[in-house]
Amino acid sequence: MKRNSKLEDLNKKFEKIKPQMTPSEAVVESSRCLFCHDAPCIIACPTSIDIPMFIRQIMTKNTLGSAKTIFSQNILGKSCGQVCPTSVLCEGACVYHDLNEKPIDIGRLQAYATGHAIDKNIHFFEKGKSTGKKVAIIGAGPAGLACAHELTMLGHKVVVYEANKKAGGLNMYGVAPYKFSNKDAIQELKYVSAIGFEIKTNSPIENPSKLEKEFDAIFLGAGLGGSKKINIPGEDLSGVYGATEFIYNLRDKDLKVNVGKNVVVIGGGNTAIDAAVESSLLGASVTVIYRRSEKEQTAYSFEVEHAKKHDVKFVYLTSPIEILGKKKVDGLKCIKNKLKSSSRKSEINTVKDSQFVIPCDMVIIARGQEKMIDFFKSISKLKLDDGKVVVNKDFQTTNPKYFAGGDCINGGKEVVNAVANGRDAARGIDKYLMKKK
Amino acid sequence: MANLETGFAGIITPNPFWLASAPPTNTGYQVMNAFRAGWGGAVWKTLGVPIVNVSSRYSAVAYKNNRMMGLNNIELITDRSLETNLKEMKEVKKKFPKNALIASMMFEKKEEWHDCIKRCEDIGIDGFELNYGCPHGVCERGMGSAVGQNPDVCERITSWVTDVATKPVIVKLTPNVTDITKPALAAQRGGANAVSLINTINSVTGVNLETMAPNPTVAGHSTHGGYCGPAVKPIALNMLAELTNHPDFKLPISGIGGIETWQDAVEYFLMGATTVQVCTAVMHYGFRIATDLNAGVSNYLDANKMKSVIELKGIAAKKLRKWQELDLNYKVIAHIDPVKCISCQLCYIACEDGAHQSIELLPNTRVPKIIEDTCVGCNLCSLVCPVESCITMVEVKTNKKKLVWADHPANQSN
Ligand SMILES: Cc1cc2nc3c(=O)[nH]c(=O)nc-3n(C[C@H](O)[C@H](O)[C@H](O)COP(=O)(O)OP(=O)(O)OC[C@H]3O[C@@H](n4cnc5c(N)ncnc54)[C@H](O)[C@@H]3O)c2cc1C
Ligand SMILES: Cc1cc2nc3c(=O)[nH]c(=O)nc-3n(C[C@H](O)[C@H](O)[C@H](O)COP(=O)(O)O)c2cc1C
Ligand code: SF4
Repeated sequence: MKRNSKLEDLNKKFEKIKPQMTPSEAVVESSRCLFCHDAPCIIACPTSIDIPMFIRQIMTKNTLGSAKTIFSQNILGKSCGQVCPTSVLCEGACVYHDLNEKPIDIGRLQAYATGHAIDKNIHFFEKGKSTGKKVAIIGAGPAGLACAHELTMLGHKVVVYEANKKAGGLNMYGVAPYKFSNKDAIQELKYVSAIGFEIKTNSPIENPSKLEKEFDAIFLGAGLGGSKKINIPGEDLSGVYGATEFIYNLRDKDLKVNVGKNVVVIGGGNTAIDAAVESSLLGASVTVIYRRSEKEQTAYSFEVEHAKKHDVKFVYLTSPIEILGKKKVDGLKCIKNKLKSSSRKSEINTVKDSQFVIPCDMVIIARGQEKMIDFFKSISKLKLDDGKVVVNKDFQTTNPKYFAGGDCINGGKEVVNAVANGRDAARGIDKYLMKKK
Repeated sequence: MANLETGFAGIITPNPFWLASAPPTNTGYQVMNAFRAGWGGAVWKTLGVPIVNVSSRYSAVAYKNNRMMGLNNIELITDRSLETNLKEMKEVKKKFPKNALIASMMFEKKEEWHDCIKRCEDIGIDGFELNYGCPHGVCERGMGSAVGQNPDVCERITSWVTDVATKPVIVKLTPNVTDITKPALAAQRGGANAVSLINTINSVTGVNLETMAPNPTVAGHSTHGGYCGPAVKPIALNMLAELTNHPDFKLPISGIGGIETWQDAVEYFLMGATTVQVCTAVMHYGFRIATDLNAGVSNYLDANKMKSVIELKGIAAKKLRKWQELDLNYKVIAHIDPVKCISCQLCYIACEDGAHQSIELLPNTRVPKIIEDTCVGCNLCSLVCPVESCITMVEVKTNKKKLVWADHPANQSN
């Protein structure tokens, strides 16, 4: 009994920050749209969804038509509606900003229309006529799934290999649950894969070249690796986590994880913010330390604001020098910094004699993710640039049989970029396989 | 400060805002609340022979998130007994002697008209309004718009009333005619002291796509209704001006149709009305809108250094001409203010697909550009532009003398 009520509390705490719209909310909001010509929001969307059109279709209560408009550009339109940083994408481009009016709530409208079709289990696309070609996809994240869906439509047989026990990539194991929950991820995955492609979970591919015989082309949608280390003493103490591993665990255990009383998160990006907010929602008192100042922080300002609302403290111009503790963490030793110039890449100097200790029982390191250089090196003739797979405009790598998209080519952007890449790579693969010009 | 007290066909009213004969004037309770809220007068819900009403009576036209652009009803006249109505009217008049209380009536037989007039005058009402406008339910029985549509009948029944009435008689006209001046002149011949217009317009607001039946439905069936609310104002204003500008028509007019704000009321005055009546806006927002009607008109008069509403009367109507009298040498072209432009490009697509292909898009900017050589000055772009005064229509000096159609070289009858 008690456990259950605790779980309910937890679910309540992790409630959606962008809740599902009611039909009347959706109609009222959609009727605000001006239906711009050559709309700036479309240009700002990496998957170029015809936003004014799908909004108009919501207004005319043609919600299924609206969902189709979205899905024909972006089969993961539901998760994008919920997780995209819309205020820097479509909503950021809305002309209402110039009128000093609130932009159209595009993300929520998109989630509303797509959610309607998914809830009703209505599908708009079919498997294409078989071409006899086979494509392997490594990684069932947004890039891999978008690619698989498009390839299936084009008539190619697809097998997706996924290392994790559940498919979905960071939509399943990374994105904050108050944006996209496990339930959402499973539902979307089921909807997208219903077109008829195979997903093999628990199937890490160690050497992709072994697939070359069986498959006519291979798409790499492997994303990025584990959290980067920071190489300071104490990193192996119990109570020290990488941010992506901490979040993986949170999503994997469906929020049922333990968190320290006092948590320090190291880093200034969006993942640091997510880890901080999640820790706070789990009951910790949270401090984020970042080596530069607020101005240079790479996290979106709306994310930082969101964290502040959850009582997350920010300590800027501070670097960690040692994690303290015997077996378990009991503090983080830091030093103050000063910046040489105001540029984002400015040299950082430490301030003499400015060491101080933040007492804590948990440290989360969010200094970005590793690139999977060894993995990609196992593929012959594959060119990397700073660990990122190099592709041409068809998303073909320097090894013509391999295509790639998503975080592994851009070093880590958004879900929507991965979807756009996956979709376009599928068209590139089709061109390659069918010898189209 | 301006004084809103207005004289209308001999009736003095504390302000020119009356409630039209309709559900807001069903009962004494409502009319007293209305007077407390600042309404100058009320035309009581039409009295007549006993009727019954159906259940499910209204339907509306919603435009985007505007819920009641137009309202349609299939209600008839009062469904309460004449005795009850008269008793409550008497109470109202006693409690609010200064406010105008008008009895709206609709009967078939002369004796019925005469009897009701007498009983109304006995309780001290200020005037009568003859309902020749109701477009449903009663016209089939030779009343309402059946009267308003036939000038001879209109004149005859009006004279029945004016023969015996000692109080001013207002004839309420139906818009369901091709020429509004005909019934208006008939009413004048019949001895009416004023007219009011418009009553509701024949309409079907829409069809329910699930049941495939027109709105509103009564046990699966529907009937055409009377249309009113903001959507009908343009039709009413045109009819109002036709009467105002008719050389033989001399009576004062009470304007009705889609009035919701003080601006609407001022437009009616400028087009020739002396008072105005409101129904739908009160059914939508309640009596409280009187506050803004009074304050808004009063401020407008002050700003224009006018003392009373009557000074506004007909100013705009005078500027309404036949098309043939307009200057063909006058020219405006559109101008886009690049600072105000929010780059939605709605003007571009409107002109491109719907007008004269006179707006172009240039590289490296989202602000569209007017092609001045081909712009015909139709106003479309300025109408679709969502930003106030971003697209203005600017006069271009042609330095040519006024040229009307009669003198135009393209006129083949020249
Ligand atoms: C903590 C966090 C929060 C985020 N929040 C947001 C957000 O709110 N909004 C947003 O738009 N984006 C967010 N992102 C970014 C977004 O999740 C990624 O850009 C997106 O998921 C990239 O998709 P992908 O398919 O390229 O890679 P991934 O989603 O990483 O998927 C890659 C998949 O490949 C599998 N894989 C890897 N190697 C192998 C192998 N050898 N064999 C088999 N399978 C393999 C992995 O298990 C994984 O399932 C967030 C990222 C993180 C880390
Ligand atoms: C439900 C309803 C009932 C009406 N009943 C009457 C009536 O009994 N007598 C009458 O003269 N006009 C009646 N009307 C017409 C109104 O008095 C008025 O002329 C018309 O609604 C236009 O004004 P508006 O646009 O302000 O509503 C009725 C209108 C409505 C909406
Ligand atoms: S006024 Fe008419 S013709 Fe001229 S630019 Fe605007 S829309 Fe085009």
